[in-house]
This record gives sequence, structure tokens and C-alpha cells, in this order.
Amino acid sequence: MKQHKKGLALWLTAILLLLAGALLTGSPGRAESVQEAMRDAVLHGENQVSLFGWRAVNPGLISAFTVTAILLAAAVCIRVFAIPRFRLKPGRLQLLLEEAVGMFDRMARSNSPHRFRFMEAYIFAAGAYIFTGTLFELLGIQAVTTHGHPITLPAPLSDVNAAIAMGTLSYLVILSGGIAGNGPRGIGKTLKEFSLPISMSFRLFGALLSGLLVTELVYYYISLSFVLPVIVGVLFTMLHALIQTYVLTMLTALYYGEVSEPAPAKEKRVRKKA
Amino acid sequence: MPLNIDLQQILLHWMNLAILVGGLYFILFKPVKAFMEKREAYYQDRDRQAEEKLADAERIRAEYQARLDAAAEEIRQSRAKAQQAAQQSAEEQLSQARAQAQQMLVHARTEAEHDREQILRSSQRELRRLAAAATRKLAMEQDPFDQFLDLAEEGAQHEER
Repeated sequence: MKQHKKGLALWLTAILLLLAGALLTGSPGRAESVQEAMRDAVLHGENQVSLFGWRAVNPGLISAFTVTAILLAAAVCIRVFAIPRFRLKPGRLQLLLEEAVGMFDRMARSNSPHRFRFMEAYIFAAGAYIFTGTLFELLGIQAVTTHGHPITLPAPLSDVNAAIAMGTLSYLVILSGGIAGNGPRGIGKTLKEFSLPISMSFRLFGALLSGLLVTELVYYYISLSFVLPVIVGVLFTMLHALIQTYVLTMLTALYYGEVSEPAPAKEKRVRKKA
Repeated sequence: MPLNIDLQQILLHWMNLAILVGGLYFILFKPVKAFMEKREAYYQDRDRQAEEKLADAERIRAEYQARLDAAAEEIRQSRAKAQQAAQQSAEEQLSQARAQAQQMLVHARTEAEHDREQILRSSQRELRRLAAAATRKLAMEQDPFDQFLDLAEEGAQHEER
């Protein structure tokens, strides 16, 4: 009981000290106005990051590479340490992995029963990328811009180029399914949905960007930086990580299944002799 | 380009996604799915084995049931046969007893007839003999009235004594 009280007192003291420190330190002065900050969050005209000294790129690209590196490193660790220890009666990690793989497998099979091998691999990776990429902004990893300012790496898909890449790649995957399933007719069926890459890209971009803008707005004012970020930063981010993952993977699987479905054989017309 | 769209960066994102898709597929997705399929095959195999054992058990049960039915049928037939044999035997014995009784009756009747005839003959012979004796006596003895008187005298003497 005494230990509990001691711990509670320590915790409250730490909070008060940090609050006092934050208030007393003050701000070094804003480098940009809220309008400029939000405009730059959308366009990345100013705050660009150097890509290994080759060229200045949007911070979203650095985030994308970082997310990929994190995912692949985690996958290698799981492959080396966890998968060889898989048992018939699964543990927690095994259950989580099997559920993730099984979920995308079921999604691919149910939406595209004719052709799903490539689809399930693609939506698994896309789902993992969108989910992890959206949660990535919570880590608050810092980078330095070409102007020497520190910047927090955003979610990769809040960069319009990343969203366009994701949307168009998904469209190309759908197109490949159409060609594999129906040949030239599949191309026609896919091209009919010409608005799909745009809608997919900008849905992702809009969803992620809105989250980014709200977060930017909240963190811009110090008075909004207490308690509110727990809801805005964590809960909303987790929620739309799940939603966007589900939406894009589901749409891709659905359209893939639709265009790769073999067309029913036409009945031969029998000419009736008059 | 509007909105700072950069084709080079889009291509870099594509490359990044291609690496991610391939990497995740070969490193994570495929092994996990292979394990799941292996486990599914294992349980399907066990399920199949269980079904086979169940089918075997069912077959053996049906076999034993058939044997039991056959045995019950055999018992029923044996019982019916035994009953039939017992009935037949009883009927045979009854008919034999009837025949024997009939025979005994016939024999008894024959014997009775024979005895009756014998008695009749014997009585006829006796009658003839008595008749002959009576005749002879009649022929040889005195008048009956005298005889009566003699007898009466003999009777009076006897009373006096």
C-alpha cells in the first residue's frame, strides 16, 4: 500500500515538473504561421528532406522507406525467431500473425474466387503498409529538412505522391488481374473503371491528410497540446488506420475479382432456316 | 505539377511498394500460410482418419448386428423346428397311444367276445349236462309226491330229535 502511494506521488511530481518545464522554457518563436504550416503539410514546398544527398524529396517518401524498412526488419525477425517455433496450438504472436494472414487470404478468396494467389499477397502487403504507415506518425521520428529545420516524419500516405503511387499501383494490379483472367477483354473491363485510380489515390490522400492537418493544428497551439492529442493523435489515427486499410484492400480485392472473373461462354447462335 | 505531384517520387514509391510486396510475401506471408495449410492438412488427415475409424466401427457394428440378427433368426428357426418336432412327436405318440388303445380295445373286445362265447358254451354245456342229469334223475327216481312225503317224514323225524 505504501509502495503504491509512493509511486503515485512520484508520478504526479513528474507530471508537474514536466508541465512547469514546458511552461517555463517557452517557445523559441514560430518559424512559420499556421497557414504556412498547413499549406506546407499539403504541398511540401518548403520542408523537403534530402534523400541520401541525391535530391530533395517530400518527407513522406522518407517515411515510406522507413516504414518499409521497419516492416521488412520485423518480418525477418518473425521469420527467424517466431515462425520456426510455431505450434499446432498457437500462442499470442502466432495467433495475431495467422489472423492477419487469414484475414487477407479470406478477403482475397471471397472477393476473387477465380484468381487470388497474387491478390492475397498484394493486399496483405498493402494492408500492412497502410496500417503501419498511418500509425507511423505516432512515433514522431524526426528528420532534418534541407533548410536545417527539424521536422516530424508524417504518415507516408499523407504525401500526395505516395497516395497516387498506392492508388495507381492498386489499379495496375487490378488491370493485371483483368488481363490474366480475361485477356484483352479484361483490359476493357478494367479501363471502364477509369476513375478508380483517382478515387483510390485521393481517398487515401484526403483521409490521411485530414488527420495530419488536424494534428498539425492541435500541436501548433501549446494550449491544445494537453490531453487533446491523446484523442486526436492516438485514437483517431488508430481508427482511420484500420478504416483505410480495410477500404483500400477491400476495394482492390473486389475490383480484382470483378475484372478477373471469366466471362460466360456465349451460346452459339443457331440460324433458323426460314 | 499541381499539388507538388512528382513523377520521380511516385516511381520511387512504386519501387518501395514493390520491394515491400515481394519482401513481405516471401518472408512472412508465404511461410505463415504454408504453416496454416500444413496444420489444416494435418487436421484434415486426422479428421479423415477419425471418419475412417468411425466408418470401420460402424461397419463392424453392422456386421455384428447382422450376426446377432442371424443368430436370433437361427434361434427362432431352431425353436420353431424344436416346437414342430415336439408337436410332431407328441402327435405321433398320441396317434400311437390311440392306435394302441384301439388295439387294446379290439383285443379286449375280442377277448370279451371269446370269453362270452366260452362262457356261453360252457353254460350251454352245463345246462345240457344239468338237463341230462335232471332227465336222468327224473327218469330213474320215484314219483315226486312220494319223494315229497319222504322228505317230509325225514323232516318230522329230525324235529323230534
